[in-house]
Amino acid sequence: MNDVWAFFSFSDPTVRIVSLGTVFLAMSASVVGTFAFLRKRALVGDAIAHAILPGIAIAFMLSGTKNPIVLMMGALISGWLATWAMEYITEKTKLSNDTAVALVLSVFFGIGIMLLTHIQHSGTGNQSGLDQYLFGKAAGMTEQDLWTYSVVALLLLTVVISLYKELKVYSFNPDFAAVSGLPVKAIRRILNLVTVLAIAIGIQSVGVVLMAALLITPAAAARAWTSSLKIMLFLAALIGGISGLSGSLISYLSPAMPTGPWIVMTLSIITLLSLFFAPRGGALSRLLKQRRHSQKILNENLLKVFYKLSVERKLEKSGLNVAELLAERAINKSDFAAAIKRLKRKNWLLAEGKKLKLSSIGLVEARRVVRLHRLWEMYLSQRLNLKEDHIHPNAESMEHIISPELEALLLKELDFPTQDPHNSPIPYSN
Amino acid sequence: MKNQTALEVHNLTASYQRKPVLWEIDFKVPSGHLIGILGPNGSGKTTLLRNIMNLMEADSGYVKIFGKDLDEVRSRLSYVPQRESVDWNFPASVREVVEMGRYRPGNLLRRLKSSDKQKVKASLEKVGMLAYADRQISELSGGQQQRVFIARSLAQEADIYLMDEPFVGVDAATEEAILSILSGLRDEGKTVLIVHHDLQSAYQYFDWMILLNTRLIAAGPKEAVFNSTHLREAYGGKLNLLSKLGEIIAREQFPLREPDFKEKEGSGDE
Ligand SMILES: Nc1ncnc2c1ncn2[C@@H]1O[C@H](COP(=O)(O)OP(=O)(O)OP(=O)(O)O)[C@@H](O)[C@H]1O
Ligand SMILES: [Mg+2]
Repeated sequence: MNDVWAFFSFSDPTVRIVSLGTVFLAMSASVVGTFAFLRKRALVGDAIAHAILPGIAIAFMLSGTKNPIVLMMGALISGWLATWAMEYITEKTKLSNDTAVALVLSVFFGIGIMLLTHIQHSGTGNQSGLDQYLFGKAAGMTEQDLWTYSVVALLLLTVVISLYKELKVYSFNPDFAAVSGLPVKAIRRILNLVTVLAIAIGIQSVGVVLMAALLITPAAAARAWTSSLKIMLFLAALIGGISGLSGSLISYLSPAMPTGPWIVMTLSIITLLSLFFAPRGGALSRLLKQRRHSQKILNENLLKVFYKLSVERKLEKSGLNVAELLAERAINKSDFAAAIKRLKRKNWLLAEGKKLKLSSIGLVEARRVVRLHRLWEMYLSQRLNLKEDHIHPNAESMEHIISPELEALLLKELDFPTQDPHNSPIPYSN
Repeated sequence: MKNQTALEVHNLTASYQRKPVLWEIDFKVPSGHLIGILGPNGSGKTTLLRNIMNLMEADSGYVKIFGKDLDEVRSRLSYVPQRESVDWNFPASVREVVEMGRYRPGNLLRRLKSSDKQKVKASLEKVGMLAYADRQISELSGGQQQRVFIARSLAQEADIYLMDEPFVGVDAATEEAILSILSGLRDEGKTVLIVHHDLQSAYQYFDWMILLNTRLIAAGPKEAVFNSTHLREAYGGKLNLLSKLGEIIAREQFPLREPDFKEKEGSGDE
């Protein structure tokens, strides 16, 4: 616990550097990755991350240093080359896009691993630590690294903010953007460049293998919460930042741990929670909605039973008992009890001793349901020429769905009929 | 301005990976008409549009718009892509998509002006989608999506409109609404080219036609193009019956729907 406090007090300069650096690069990757996500380029991001490895290895072999700027240059060049190769192969050959991506990924990564192995066995003494690019290790971050990452993060942010509207139209509909005369080639190059940049700094913490997750997952989680691109970018950055922070915390607490897997672990948890709890299409909201719907259906069906028995068959002015209701419509006992409770709470039903009867507002509601049912039956038989025995089941489901606007349309369309196809009267509110 | 040459396609040959899909296409289109581009599936209609808009490189031949190269007159051209060509799950509202019609090289890196926003609203009003301006595009029906695309195109205030299958997947009410908007454009002197695959309605909708099947079968006023010889040539033996039908439609000036016919199931789209 003390260690956690020590981390969050940020008094240790190494902690400051490592956590800030990780947060910056995770945020950069998340923002840039949002566009990759929207353009369905998740695999391309993965390929670029893997393709960066030989660039880093060659830069190290040529310069003999681990200076971040030198290594990043190498990363940029090979990332750029990979991007170009994927586009070229897709355009000029009959190979499909995903084949081109897979090809570039495996060839570049293979070369990278080969070079890395070579460096490791050459034993110059300075080589240790290059393998951190595979799984990521933030702990070795220096102040110079931090500066580099901050500048890159700032640059990416500036690009995304100033090109926001062009990036939006390009991601949504590139052909349209081109016909509108927008410089789509330049936009594509800039987007490629910032993607390669974000990946090049990101792999320091996350590693080549898990980089694609850092690009794509924050966007996927953010999308579950919002339908606005602006908010989505902001949320993705936030989620990426939180994951970066927690990744460096865990790395700090147990120094043997690589950072990357923990960043991705945090990301995955946030994403799973988002997919479950988010209001937009989250599993939870769907469950709740389904429950609300089935309750509504049951409520309305019960009202119909009340209406039929008490108004149309004029049974018992003093109310109905449970047995009579259940005899009319088979509903399982516990559902029935719950529905009665709900109707009472809405004041649609009034209790008189053991008996129940419709209140005046309950009657209005019951009339509405019966009316919709019969109107829809009317519509089906008149407009679709359905046979009488086919009409009822369909109307049973539609009566719960028809909105007031649709009802108005139906009424006009059918010219306010007084009877349904089975010659039962259609109840209007007065 | 009417009947000036709006578009010239000259000896155009285009191919995908060396396989030609358009052969020596050559025609001129006068301005101020509603023009149907017709042909069976895979006959190269979309490819022709892509070539006109320079979205792909031709093997030979050229396209001129108002006698000029595309790059000089881009702002006079508007494109409505096939509805399925974009991801409608993209996080954007109806207004944002229509605003894209106002993005142009002149306002690169800058925000839209209030005059642009006015035009966006006016376009939404024209297609009857103003009430949906803040709706997410993922929540639209097919017909509404198509209206949004048309609104975006109207917001561009172009002189030539190129539309790829705007009537696919929309109900009769929307089809009629779109057609009346397009006729309105034509009456203002604009040129509207529409890729269309329903032969039955084509004669009624368009006043000019381009009949295509890898090569150009015919191009001209509909009376000259829409006959059984041409249709059979374009659609092959398979469509004997349709081409006969087409002939009858053309000869008898047969209305395709009763004038006061209304789609009863259309309400689902609203
Ligand atoms: N990207 C592509 N790569 C290779 N071949 C293609 C490509 N796009 C289209 N084709 C081929 O070119 C031919 C013409 O296609 P095009 O899409 O222009 O036809 P179309 O008339 O628009 O058809 P549809 O009515 O089905 O939309 C078809 O044979 C198609 O298979
Ligand atoms: Mg097509």
